[in-house]
Formats: sequence, C-alpha cells, structure tokens
Amino acid sequence: MLNPDTIKKDFPIFKNIPELIYLDSTATSLKPKIVIDKLREYYETYSANIYRGIYHLSERATEEYEKTREIIVSFIHAKSSEEVIFTRNTSESLNLLCYSLGEEIIKKGDEIATTIMEHHSNFVPWQQLLIKKGGKLAVIKLDKDGGLDVLHLEKYISKKTKILCLTYVSNVLGVANEIKKIIQNAKKINPSIITIVDAAQAVPHRKVDVQDLGCDFLAFSSHKMLGPTGVGVLWGRKTLLDAMPPFLYGGEMISEVHVRNTKFKETPHKFEAGTPAIAEVIALKEAVRYLEKVGLKEIENHEQKLASYAIKRLGDEFKNLHVIGPKNAENKGGIVSFYFKKYHPHDVAQILSEKNICVRAGNHCAMPLHEELNLTATVRASFYLYNTQSDVDALIDGLHDVSRILK
Amino acid sequence: MTIYQEVILDHAENPRNTGNIQNPTNTVIVYNPLCGDKIKMDVLIKKDRVIDVRFQGQGCAISKAASSLLTDWVKGKTKEVLKNMTKKDMMKLLKIELGPNRIKCALLPLEALQKLLI
Ligand SMILES: Cc1ncc(COP(=O)(O)O)c(C=O)c1O
Repeated sequence: MLNPDTIKKDFPIFKNIPELIYLDSTATSLKPKIVIDKLREYYETYSANIYRGIYHLSERATEEYEKTREIIVSFIHAKSSEEVIFTRNTSESLNLLCYSLGEEIIKKGDEIATTIMEHHSNFVPWQQLLIKKGGKLAVIKLDKDGGLDVLHLEKYISKKTKILCLTYVSNVLGVANEIKKIIQNAKKINPSIITIVDAAQAVPHRKVDVQDLGCDFLAFSSHKMLGPTGVGVLWGRKTLLDAMPPFLYGGEMISEVHVRNTKFKETPHKFEAGTPAIAEVIALKEAVRYLEKVGLKEIENHEQKLASYAIKRLGDEFKNLHVIGPKNAENKGGIVSFYFKKYHPHDVAQILSEKNICVRAGNHCAMPLHEELNLTATVRASFYLYNTQSDVDALIDGLHDVSRILK
Repeated sequence: MTIYQEVILDHAENPRNTGNIQNPTNTVIVYNPLCGDKIKMDVLIKKDRVIDVRFQGQGCAISKAASSLLTDWVKGKTKEVLKNMTKKDMMKLLKIELGPNRIKCALLPLEALQKLLI
C-alpha cells in the first residue's frame, strides 16, 4: 500500500515547510527530489543544446532528451517515438492541434463537439476557430445526475462533426468520463471523426493507454505529474501527424531551407521548432519513473480514498456546504469542489491559507461549467500521492474555523 | 495575522451606504469576472463635492468591506482629492495587507469610484 508519509520525505518542499498542507495538485503538483536533481544534473554536467553539437556534451543532452520521449512512449503505450511531441503545456498541445489540424480540416458549416466541463484550454481554441470559419460548436451537457450526457451522443454528433475533443478527468468535478465508450459510440455515428482527449488530469493520476482508449490525440502537462514546468506532451497517431502542417516555423524543424522554399523534418521534429525546454524534458522522465515505481493504480486508489473521506466529512459536518458533481460516480479522481451558500470562495480559501492550507478558489478555468451550474466560483481541494488523511482533517478543521470567523 | 479583523468583518456583514441614489450624477457597474464579483455604484456630486455615494454588489468579504469603507470615506470629499486616490490609499483604509492575487478584490470599488469621477 502507498504510504504518503514515506512519500512526503521524497519532496524537499515538506522539509522546508513542514506545516504545508498542499491541496492544489490539480493546478500543479509538487516535485520530488529526483526530478529537481535531474534538472541540476543537466545544468551542471552536460548543459548544451540538443541535435546541434558534434561534441560530447551535446550528444549526452540529446540522448537524455530523446530518452524521455521513449519513456513517454511506453508510459502511455504509444506505437513509436515519432508519435510523441514535446510542447510547453497541455494548452499548447491543444492549440497546436487547433492551428495545424483544425485550420486544415474545418470548413464553413462544419461542427466540432466538446463538453460543458472542459478547461478553457480545450474550449476557447475550438470556439474561436469555429467563429472564424463559420462552423458550430456542439457542447455536450450534463445529465440529471451531473455526469456527461453520453447516452444521447447523437444530439451532439453527426456526420458534420469533424472533431470530438473532450476531457478525460474534469478538473472541477473530478469525474472520469468513459472515454473509450464515448469514442466508440462517436465513431459509430461518424467513422471519420477525429478524437482529441485532454488528459491533463488523467495521466498524472491513473494508468492511461492510448491504444485502449482508441483516441487519435492526447494531451497532458509535465508540471501536473511531478515533472518540471514548461513541458507538455502531445501524442497523436502517426498517419495523422504526417498529414499535418507544422505549427511553428524555425530552427530544428526543417530539413532544407532555400531562398524560395523549405522542406520540413518528419514528425515529431517538424512540430518542435526552436530550442525546447531541454532540462525540463530530460527531468520529466524521472517523474514518470517515480510515478511508475509507486504505481498508478495505487495512486488512483489512494486519491479516491481521500476524496471519499473528505466528501463524507464535508457532508456530515457542514449543513450549508454543497459538494458539486455526481454524488455516486464510481470513477472519480481525487478532486472535491464545493461551495458555502453564505461565504465567498475567496474568503474560504484565504482563511484556510492563514492555516497553511492551499486550496483553489474561483472558476478553475472552467467558466462554462460554472455558468451551467449557476455558480460564479467554488472552492476546490485536490489530492495526490503525498496527501494524508490528516491533511483532510486539517481541511475540515480549517473549514470549521471559516464558519466560526465569518459566522 | 488574519486579514479578517473586527473592522473588516463588521463592514462585510453590515456594509454602509448600500442601495441606490434617486437621481445620481453618475452610475457605473464594474466586474471581476474571475471571482464573479460585481459592484454597482451611484454618486451624487454637487459643486465638485461628493454629497452621497451608494453601492450594491455581490462579492467576497474583502470587496464588500472595501466598498463600505471607501464609500464612507469619500463623502464630502472633492472630486480633485478623490481622483488622486491610489491603491496605497485604499489599502490604508482597509488597514490590512493583501497578496497580488487578492488585492483585486479590494481595488474593485476604487475602480468603480474612479470611473464615476471621469
Ligand atoms: C483538464 C485540464 N486541461 C488543461 C489544463 C491546462 O494545462 P496547462 O495550464 O498546463 O496548459 C488543465 C490545467 O489547469 C486542466 O486541468
């Protein structure tokens, strides 16, 4: 069994701030020492640009960089390293798709289907593209239990729907959508639909297998999975990537440049213009190794246990507090969002922060979802492998203080 | 130290100067869409002096207390004085310190006031 108290010892921030109760891993995760050490290792022992140098340092850096690509390939069960592209974050991965793929295939009158529970980064790019092209965004709503209305996919998807883009795990509700089934059903309605999965909240917390999901593209961020900031991943099927034009032009992504024309490299390099976040990509593999060592199934179970415990105590002890999202979702991650009728989420978060408890307050970059629920903002507590049951207890105590202070 | 001091809590729970002005000289609505805060503010000005100011709004305790304290303070002051009011002055009224993410809540009523005086 996963022991969060032992795991905490691997994260230097807890040594520096022993009283820290960090319940905002959905925004970004803390970093274990091995990841931080790997960043240092690059800067201190083989700091050089990749691909360009014919000297030893550059070769070492290139090897380390490409090794991360291979690790990601096996981590998400991709077919080859040509399918794994490094970007800056999930948002950039999704924007890359929007600019490169969306711009090419979306014509006037076409449709894209998405869901009401998307993070803005998987919503706004498509919405803006469709405004420009004169197409329609079909938004899959919630059903009466608060999950995605997937029983009525034909209401949202037709032969006109070129792309389905949806989140695996909602960063607000914590629900994991049944991606595999939804994609199967969408392809029954329209076999040529392209499916894009925002896995920013899935890859860090559960085993993700792109072959099993059956999607065409998948995006996630390093910083949410114990890795460094500044790196995102885009996985895509090679045949589709081959057909897509580059997103950014510049160094590293070309094979020949002449005054009148340019030939681009093959994927993944044609999508990686300029010097990337070398140290960060290199260190990302240590995060993946760490996650695999602890075990994603273990992590998932641990988070679910903490979330159930939190939901139970919130329900038992606070009359004027509401937890949002499906009540009995079997497939929920470690995310609990709630609000008090009487207190503004900012005041709640601020009082908690005075007790070293970090939660998020606001709309969590999911304004359409909050509008749908008739809320302006909520408080979100999220759990990861280093959180303990006593972290949840501290949250509950803190919320009792909130009730006492704000009356 | 907590920012939820007696004065703040008192103003947040029982805000002064709420409601509307019958024939305002000017009226404005300001938003902070990220936290869903919204303030409507009316002002009555005679001979370049603020005679009355009232607000209505929804928001957190800090934004409510800030609106209440600010509206109390501006009454009787001249437009000239108010136009030169800075963030710092606003924080002096509140007598608390706020981080960069939270300060927006306290500055929303100041934004409303400054729009009213344009
Ligand atoms: C579901 C989801 N999608 C996308 C993102 C965007 O990630 P990033 O900020 O790393 O681009 C987030 C992170 O907040 C998220 O939770």
